[in-house]
Formats: sequence, C-alpha cells, structure tokens
Amino acid sequence: MNIFVLLKRTFDTEEKISIANGVINEDGAEFIINPYDEYAVEEAIQIRDDHGGEVTVLTVGNEDAEKQLRTALAMGADKAVLINIEDDVEYSDQYTTAKIIAEYLKDKEVDLIIAGNVAIDNASGQVGPRVADLLDIPYITTITNLTIDGKNVSVVRDVEGDEEKIETTLPLLVTAQQGLNDPRYPSLPGIMKAKKKPLATLELDDLDLEEEDVEAKTKTIEIYLPQQKQAGKLLTGEIEEQVKELVSLLHTEAKVI
Amino acid sequence: MNFDLTAEQNMIQKTIREFSEEEVAKGALERDRSKTFPKEIFQKLADLGMMGLPFPEEYGGAGADTISFAIVVEELSKACASTGITYSAHISLGGAPIHLFGTKKQKEEYLPLICSGQSLGAFGLTEPNAGSDASGTKTKAIEQGDSFIINGNKCFITNASYAEFVALTAVTNSDGKKSEISAIIVPTNSKGFTVIDNYEKMGLHASNTTELVLENVQVPKENLLGERGQGFKQFLQTLDGGRIGIGAMAVGIAQAAYEKALAYAKGRKQFGKSISSFQAIQFKLADMAMKIELARNMVYKAAWLKDQKRPFTKEASICKLYASEICMEITSQAVQIHGGNGYMQDYHVERYMRDAKLLEIGEGTSEVQRMVIAKQIGC
Ligand SMILES: Cc1cc2nc3c(=O)[nH]c(=O)nc-3n(C[C@H](O)[C@H](O)[C@H](O)COP(=O)(O)OP(=O)(O)OC[C@H]3O[C@@H](n4cnc5c(N)ncnc54)[C@H](O)[C@@H]3O)c2cc1C
Ligand SMILES: Cc1cc2nc3c(=O)[nH]c(=O)nc-3n(C[C@H](O)[C@H](O)[C@H](O)COP(=O)(O)OP(=O)(O)OC[C@H]3O[C@@H](n4cnc5c(N)ncnc54)[C@H](O)[C@@H]3O)c2cc1C
Repeated sequence: MNIFVLLKRTFDTEEKISIANGVINEDGAEFIINPYDEYAVEEAIQIRDDHGGEVTVLTVGNEDAEKQLRTALAMGADKAVLINIEDDVEYSDQYTTAKIIAEYLKDKEVDLIIAGNVAIDNASGQVGPRVADLLDIPYITTITNLTIDGKNVSVVRDVEGDEEKIETTLPLLVTAQQGLNDPRYPSLPGIMKAKKKPLATLELDDLDLEEEDVEAKTKTIEIYLPQQKQAGKLLTGEIEEQVKELVSLLHTEAKVI
Repeated sequence: MNFDLTAEQNMIQKTIREFSEEEVAKGALERDRSKTFPKEIFQKLADLGMMGLPFPEEYGGAGADTISFAIVVEELSKACASTGITYSAHISLGGAPIHLFGTKKQKEEYLPLICSGQSLGAFGLTEPNAGSDASGTKTKAIEQGDSFIINGNKCFITNASYAEFVALTAVTNSDGKKSEISAIIVPTNSKGFTVIDNYEKMGLHASNTTELVLENVQVPKENLLGERGQGFKQFLQTLDGGRIGIGAMAVGIAQAAYEKALAYAKGRKQFGKSISSFQAIQFKLADMAMKIELARNMVYKAAWLKDQKRPFTKEASICKLYASEICMEITSQAVQIHGGNGYMQDYHVERYMRDAKLLEIGEGTSEVQRMVIAKQIGC
C-alpha cells in the first residue's frame, strides 16, 4: 500500500498571534504540524502497520517545514518530500498548492492519499479535494473512520455531527476529521532515527512547472485580527421589561433587526 | 559557540513537554497528597522509549545525549518533581553505573531491564552512618567460595521497591586496614534482602525512598561491578552524572514556580492594581527569570562537557549547587507572591518548595558541592 500524507506547517493558533504590516508576525509564533494533518499521519502509519507498504509525507512550503516533516518521520512515516517554492512563488493559494502536489503525484503509484480536513491557519479545506480532482480519483472529506479490505474501502464521514457511511475503492483521497484517531507522541527511538530517514527536497523545476503554471487564482486583500470581544450585557427586571429592552437593543445597538 | 538545541533535542523537548503537560501534571497534586507512586506514567514513558534514553541501542536504549537527558528531567520535574527524581535516579544512578563499569555480560543482563522499564534503576550508597562521608560505609561483603555474603543497612535509597536489582557499595576486605569499597549488583529478590518503604518525608511524596536491610545475602562473585576496591571512585564518577540530573530537576521545579507566580501576580489585584505592577513584586519575578536562565545554561554546559567526553566534575557540582539553591529561593518567593493562597496546597507552589529542599541535600549536600568545587579550583 502506497500511502501519501499531505502535511502543512502552520502556526499554533493556541499561541498569541500578532500582525505587522499586513502579514502574520512569524518571529514570536510557534510552528506545528497542522493538527488535522497529525490525524492523517497517524492514520497512515496505522494502515501501513496493518497492511504493509510505505508512508510518504509531502509538503509544499519552505525549508522551515523540514522540522514538521522530521516530526512525522519520528512518528513513524517512512519518507518525506519537501517541495520548496520559496524562491519560485511569491504569492500562493490553494490552487497553487494543489497543482504542485498533483503534478508531483501524477506519475506515482498512489493507493491512498490522506490530508487534513482543513489547515487551522487559512481553513479553506480545499487542497485535498482539489488534488483528488486533478488526479481524477474519488475523495471523501471529514472522515472519522476508515477500513480497508483489499481494494474496498468503507468510510464513516462526519456531516455536521451526523454520520454518513460510504463504500468506495482505492485509489482514494480522504481528509481527516477530529476523532479519526489519537495521534501518537513520537517515540524517543523514532526521534533518533528520523534524521536517517530520506527527506527529498524538490523545486518547481524538478516538476517541470513554471511559476505561471501555478499562479494563484485569488488575492489576499487584507489580514486582520478578530475584534476584541466585549463583555456581555445582563438584563435585569421583570421578564416583560427585559424582552422590551432586548428588542430595543437589537434594534438600536446591535442593529440586527 | 552555538546556543541552539539540535533538531533531535528540539523534538525531544517538544514531545516530553506535551507529554508532561498532558500526562504528568494533571495528577501531581493528588499523588502528592495520597503518596501514590506514578506507576502508569512510567509505563507510558517506557512505551515512548524514554527509559533507556542515553544507553546504547544494542541494549535497548536510544543512544541520546546528556543534554537530552537534562531536557527530559527538567520537563518531567516541572510537571511533577516526584516523577522527575524517579526518572533521574533511574537513568543516572541506576543505569549509568552498569553502563559505565559493567562487563559485557552484566550490560547484556541488566541494561535491557532498565531500558524497557521492567526494572527501575536504583543505587545504594548512603548508610545511617555514611552520608556525606561515604568512605564510612559499614556494609560488608565477605568472600565465601564463589560468593559474597553481604550484611548491612542502606538508607534513603530511591526506587528500590520497583527495582529488580540494586548496585550497592560494600566493604570487601576484612584485614582491618583502610576500607576497600566495591560496588556489587544485588538482585532485590535475594534471600535475606528486605526493602522497607515507610519514610514520612517532607516532600517528593510520590517518589519511592527506601531502607535496604541485608542479612546474609549471598550473590555470586561475578556480580562485582567494575574493579574491586574501586567502588568509591566509581560512585564519585556516577554522582558527577547524577548531579546534572539534580540540576535539571531544580531548573524544572523553579520554572514551574516562576510561571505560577508570574500568572498569579498578573491576576491578583490589591490596592486597586495587579500586584505585578508593584516594583517589589516585579523585582522578585525578574530575579527568578534571571536565575533560572543562568541555572539552565549551567546545566546544559555541564551536560555538553560530558557529551564531549571532557572533564565535567566541577561544572556538574556548580550546576547542581547553583540550580538547587536558586530553586529553593524561587519556590519560597513563589509562595510569597501567592500570599496566603501560596500556603495552600491547591496552588501547587508550597509543594514545589517542599520538593525543592531535597535538591540541596541529595547526591551531595550544598556543603559537599562547595567542597568539590574548592578542591577543583585548587584549594
Ligand atoms: C529523598 C532522598 C532520596 C535519596 N536517594 C538516595 C539514593 O537513591 N541513593 C543513595 O545512596 N542515597 C540517597 N539519598 C541520601 C543522600 O544522598 C544523603 O542524605 C546525603 O548525601 C546527605 O547525607 P546525610 O543525610 O547522611 O547527611 P550528613 O552527611 O550527616 O550531613 C549533615 C549535614 O552536615 C553537613 N556536612 C557533612 N560533612 C561536612 C563537612 N565535611 N563540612 C561541612 N559540612 C558537612 C552536610 O552538608 C549536612 O548539612 C537520598 C536522600 C533523600 C532525602
Ligand atoms: C495559615 C493562615 C492563617 C491566617 N489567619 C488569619 C486570621 O486569623 N485572620 C485573618 O484576618 N487573616 C488570616 N490569614 C490571612 C493573612 O493575614 C493574609 O494571607 C496575608 O495578610 C496576605 O494577604 P493575601 O493572602 O491576600 O495576599 P496578597 O495581599 O494578595 O499578597 C500577595 C503578595 O503581594 C504582595 N503585595 C501586596 N501588596 C503589595 C504592595 N503594595 N507592594 C508590594 N507587594 C505587595 C504581598 O506582600 C504578597 O507577597 C491567615 C493566613 C494563613 C495562610
């Protein structure tokens, strides 16, 4: 079984994030494997352990992402590929990333691709489905369970809290939802061995791609922090009074009715 | 000069930090109250491959360096000092002498037990009448055919209730001249060997501290660890490594106390302001941050020297002495910043203060560290 995991390096949204000159300040930020991609890595390792084969983790980014790839190798992935676009691409979006990944994968023998449901930074949830579309293979998003029997696959998918059961076949792309599994800590021997595992670095050239081929389809106009939440307002008095006040506040202050 | 951790050290730090926050910190208060040994945590650490951290892969270890050891001890101790001392003693007092002085056969027999976590590591040096002056060892091992017959008492021995064997020191000559002290590996299930676990301690309640009683315990002569008569030198060398562990523990506990004090000071209002806006409190916190930084650098330096296979006796003593003393100060000041709350268990800092005190005593008291440093600088 040839399994590929699409993995993104993101900043940790649990840490404080600051913005300077319209871009997110990377200096103080902590960087992690996108949490949904951690489920993907864990699932891939478990499937490999049960069915044999190989897990390759793949990222599009810059050389800083090596750290996250090494972490996935320490968890138990076999190989890593970094497609470094730092020098070639000035501005990228989901189209760029998906196009590059699909170009890399198109002549590979692929049984299963696992991506995260969304990346917690831009949260578009597009890269996985776009890659599947470009490769012309089926995809299922937000999965919480995956069973493979030969070429047959059964999947449980989270649909806004409900479950959808789907049967399909390999090759397939799925995106991991919270609840799929419990990602392991890298073991100490895993960490020590990670350095010796293969990590290949490619550039657009190596994929016969030009900058124009992957040019972003969107433009970011502005990045800003969410507005500070204000303290809530507690209404007191008789119920009838409270309702009246509420309606009037919704009208005059919140301006929603 | 380079102050960056390596990629591996970074990854180990991130992993053990997350592990400590999620698995170790949560039960620390309750384990302290109920004096419960963190058995499950050690099972999980074993699953993570942490129990044989610095030992060679051929014996089931991970072959990591001393800086990584210091990182793991610091993070565990930050969450729970009892877990920290158990781990530190396991590696640096239990496993290290076997690794340093054992024959190939002894390493093959004992190190896998340590690396898998099946046995915790323990080291028996201290006796009721031989503490700082370990040359006063009274435990006797008398040759009888192919065996040693051992009689004596050891006190304050960490981890022995969970150890399948203990390396301990005993006098192996009987001609009444200067004591010949040797180290001997003794299985804890030997006939005549009793491990007593009933000290009532000031702190480190969840760690295992025991008395060993040996009554005509017979072990084969091949259990001699290292050279006969070299037991004293060997344990001094073992303690050099152990002191890095105590230094790292001190940094971890101090860091925990500082973080709690900083957060509390920002949140606590008196006289209409956060107490962190008072310069008296700010200076305490600034001193804490400064001293922790210095202590951690010294721990790393001693560990680095050891990894470079250079002499590190003086630096190990300096890091142990400095880190344990600032840890005591910082934990005490953290209680102070918490006011009356600090005196209460739920705020954790009083536990840190009780746990910290051991660091000025174990593996050579502060006075002994000053003696070591004085000797090293040529006094
Ligand atoms: C929780 C705990 C865990 C421990 N774990 C272990 C273990 O796993 N294995 C082990 O072998 N031991 C262990 N110990 C023992 C520890 O190493 C000793 O307690 C320590 O070395 C001090 O010895 P002592 O208690 O006999 O004190 P003493 O040596 O009696 O010292 C009493 C005081 O006199 C001072 N003093 C002594 N000599 C001098 C001098 N020449 N000049 C100036 N001052 C001096 C000391 O600094 C100290 O302040 C542990 C102790 C504790 C409390
Ligand atoms: C066991 C025990 C018994 C007690 N018994 C009694 C009792 O019988 N009756 C009773 O009324 N109270 C009692 N107390 C309460 C005790 O008097 C208070 O805890 C003490 O006055 C400190 O107040 P606090 O805990 O609110 O700390 P805080 O006032 O919050 O102080 C926190 C820290 O901020 C510092 N700080 C505060 N203001 C300033 C400033 N302006 N500049 C610099 N530093 C500042 C303090 O020195 C302290 O280090 C008891 C407390 C304990 C622990």
